[in-house]
Amino acid sequence: MQFLDPLLILALAINFVVLGVSRIRAVINAVAFQGMLLGIIPLLVHAEIGLRGIALVVVTITVKGFVFPMLLVRAMRAAEIHHEVKPVAGFMLSVLLGAVGAGLAMEFSRALPLAEAHTNLLLVPTAFATVWAGCLMLITRRKAINQVLGYLLLENGIYLFSMLLLEAVPFLVEVGVLLDLFSGVFVMGIIIHHISRAFASMSTEHLTALKE
Amino acid sequence: MGYLLVAFPLAMAALAFAVPSNRWRPWLLPIGAAVHLALVVTALSQPRDVPASWFGGWLILDALGKLVLGYLSSFFFLCSLYAPGYLALRSERSNRVICSNLFASLSMMTLVTLSHHLGLMWVAMEATTLASAPSLYFNHNPRSLEATWKYLVLCSVGLALALLGSLFLAYSSLKAGSESTLLFDQLVKDASHLSPPWLHAAFVLLFIGYGTKMGLAPMHTWKPDAYGEAPGLVGALLAGGVTSCAFLAILRVYQIGRAGSEAEFARGAMIAIGLFSMAVAAVFMVRQRDFKRMLAYSSVEHMGILVLGIGIGGAAVFGALLHLINNGLTKGVLFLSSGNIHRAYESKFVDDVRGAIRRVPLSGTMFLAGFIAITGSPPFGPFVSEFTIVNEAFSSGQFFVAGGFLALLCVVFFGIGSAVLAVVQGEPPIDAPVNGFHDSVSTGAPVVLFMILVLLLGVYIPPPLEALLRDAAAFVEVQR
Repeated sequence: MQFLDPLLILALAINFVVLGVSRIRAVINAVAFQGMLLGIIPLLVHAEIGLRGIALVVVTITVKGFVFPMLLVRAMRAAEIHHEVKPVAGFMLSVLLGAVGAGLAMEFSRALPLAEAHTNLLLVPTAFATVWAGCLMLITRRKAINQVLGYLLLENGIYLFSMLLLEAVPFLVEVGVLLDLFSGVFVMGIIIHHISRAFASMSTEHLTALKE
Repeated sequence: MGYLLVAFPLAMAALAFAVPSNRWRPWLLPIGAAVHLALVVTALSQPRDVPASWFGGWLILDALGKLVLGYLSSFFFLCSLYAPGYLALRSERSNRVICSNLFASLSMMTLVTLSHHLGLMWVAMEATTLASAPSLYFNHNPRSLEATWKYLVLCSVGLALALLGSLFLAYSSLKAGSESTLLFDQLVKDASHLSPPWLHAAFVLLFIGYGTKMGLAPMHTWKPDAYGEAPGLVGALLAGGVTSCAFLAILRVYQIGRAGSEAEFARGAMIAIGLFSMAVAAVFMVRQRDFKRMLAYSSVEHMGILVLGIGIGGAAVFGALLHLINNGLTKGVLFLSSGNIHRAYESKFVDDVRGAIRRVPLSGTMFLAGFIAITGSPPFGPFVSEFTIVNEAFSSGQFFVAGGFLALLCVVFFGIGSAVLAVVQGEPPIDAPVNGFHDSVSTGAPVVLFMILVLLLGVYIPPPLEALLRDAAAFVEVQR
C-alpha cells in the first residue's frame, strides 16, 4: 500500500507530460509508461492476487507498455509525422486546463459518497484527472495519432477506477476490455496509415469533406 | 446452445477469411446466416419455465433477448441474401475483410443479446464497433476514410463513457454495502438498495455512451457520414442491426434505473432525448440533397422514436419494441434499394438522380414504397407501431409529447418526401452514366422480401411474434 500513492502521483504527472509536449514519440512513450505503472497497481491494491491476477498484470503491462507503442510508432513512421502542429488549444493552455481538471477532480472526489475504505485513496481523483486529460487530448489535438493517444489516456483513467471493483470486473472482462482496446488501436493504426497516404498528412483537419 | 450461437458466426468469420476465392466467398454469408437463423429458431422454440442460461449466469436468453436475437438473426439473413449479388458487382475489390467482418459483427451482436453481465455486454458492444468499421471503408476513397475515422473515434469514446458508467453502476452496489457486481439480475434485484448518486451518474454516462452508439441526437454526428459513405449493405446492417443492440443495452440500463431510484429521471430523459433526436433529424432532413445521408437522419429520427416509446411507458413499450422490428426491416428496404439506385446513377445526390422508376424500376418502386412505409403511412408496419406509441401518449394524458411527436412526423414526411419524389419521378437525366447496371434477382429479391415483411407486419402480426413482443414488453416494464 505504501507504494501506491507515489505511483499514482507519478501517473498523474505523466498526464501533464502528455498534454505538454509536441513530439509524438514522447507522447507515445509517456502513455506507454503510464500504462505500465497502472499495470502494476493490482499487485499493490489487492491483498491476495492469485494466478489470474498475476497473469492479468503481465498481459496489461505487455499490451499497454510494449504492444501499443510498437503499433503507434509504426503508424507514426509510416505517416512520417513527428510533431503535433497547431493544436486547437496550445500546449501551455492544455497543461493549464489539465491542472485545473486535476484540482477539480480532487475536490470532486472529496465530495463523492465513496465507500469507507476508499475515502483517503488517491486512486479516485487520479482516475478522474486522467479521464479528463484524455478528453482534453481528444478535443484539442489535430493529428489522428494524438487522438488515439487521448483515447488510450481516457481508458487508462477508467482502468484506474476499475481497481476499486475487483468482484464486478473479473479476469475475463478485463481481458475482453484489453482485447477490444488492442483491436481498436490496431484498426486505428491501419486507418492512420491510409489517412496519411490519402491526404499526405495525418491531420484530421483534412477530414472535412463530410458536413451539412 | 448459447455458446454455439456466438461461436458459430465467429468460426464463419475465420472461414471467410481463409477462403481464397473472391468469387465464392460471399456465398458463405447467406449459408452461414441461414444456419445461424436455424440455431436461433431452435433456441427460441424450446419451451422453458426459466430462461436458458450458460456460463454461470453470464449469458441468459431472457424475453427481451429472445425478441432482439430473433429479429437480428432474421434481419442479418435477409441482408446476407443481398451480399453475393452486390459483391459480384464489386468483383474488382477483395471482399475478404467485409465478409469476415460481417460474420464477426453477427457474433458480437448475438453476444450482446445474451449478455447478463454488463461488463461482458460492453466488451461485445465495443467489438461490434471494431468489427463494422473496416466494412465502412470498403470503397477505399478519402470520403469513406473520413467516415470510418469519425465512426471509430466517436463510437469508441462514447463507449468508453459507457464503460465508466458501468463501473459507476458496480460502485453503486459496493457503496450499498454488498459486493460490487455487474450482473444484470443481481443489480435489478438489489436496485432499491443501490446508492442513488452513483446510480444517477451511472445512468447518465451509460445513456450517453450507448446513446452515441445508437445515434441519438446530439451524439449522432458520426451517423450521416458513416451511412452516407458505407455500401448500402453495411448501412442497412448498421441501421437495423448494430443500433438495435445499442437500444437493447439502453433498455437493460433503463430496467436497472427503473427498478431503483431513477425511474422518473430515466423516463424524462428518454422522452426529452427522443423528441430532441426527432427534431434534429427533421431539421437536417428538410432540403437534404444526399439521399443516403437522408436515410441516416431517418435513422436518428427512428432511434428517437424508440426511446420516446420507452419513456412514454405502458402500451408504448410494446409499440417501441414492435417499432424496433418495423424500422429495421424498412431500413433494409431503403438502404438496399438506395444502394441499387446509387450504383445505377453513380451518384447519391438528388440533383443528379432523377427518374429512378424508369432507370431501375424495381429499386425505384421499392425506394418509394419504403419512403411511404418509414414515414408511418398505412398499411405498412411502422404505421402500426407509431400509432400504438402515440395512442398510449394520448390515453395516458401526455398531450404535449403526443403533439410534438405528431408535428415532427409531419415535418419529416415532407422532408423525406421532397427528396424521394425527386429521385424516383421524372425522366432520367441525359448525361446519366451508362454502366449496364440494372435490377436483377440477386439485388432485387432481398429488397422485395424486406418489403413483403414490412407490409405483412402492417396488417397482421403472427401470434408467435406477438407472444414474444408481449413477453419482452412485460419484461421491460415489470417492477421488481
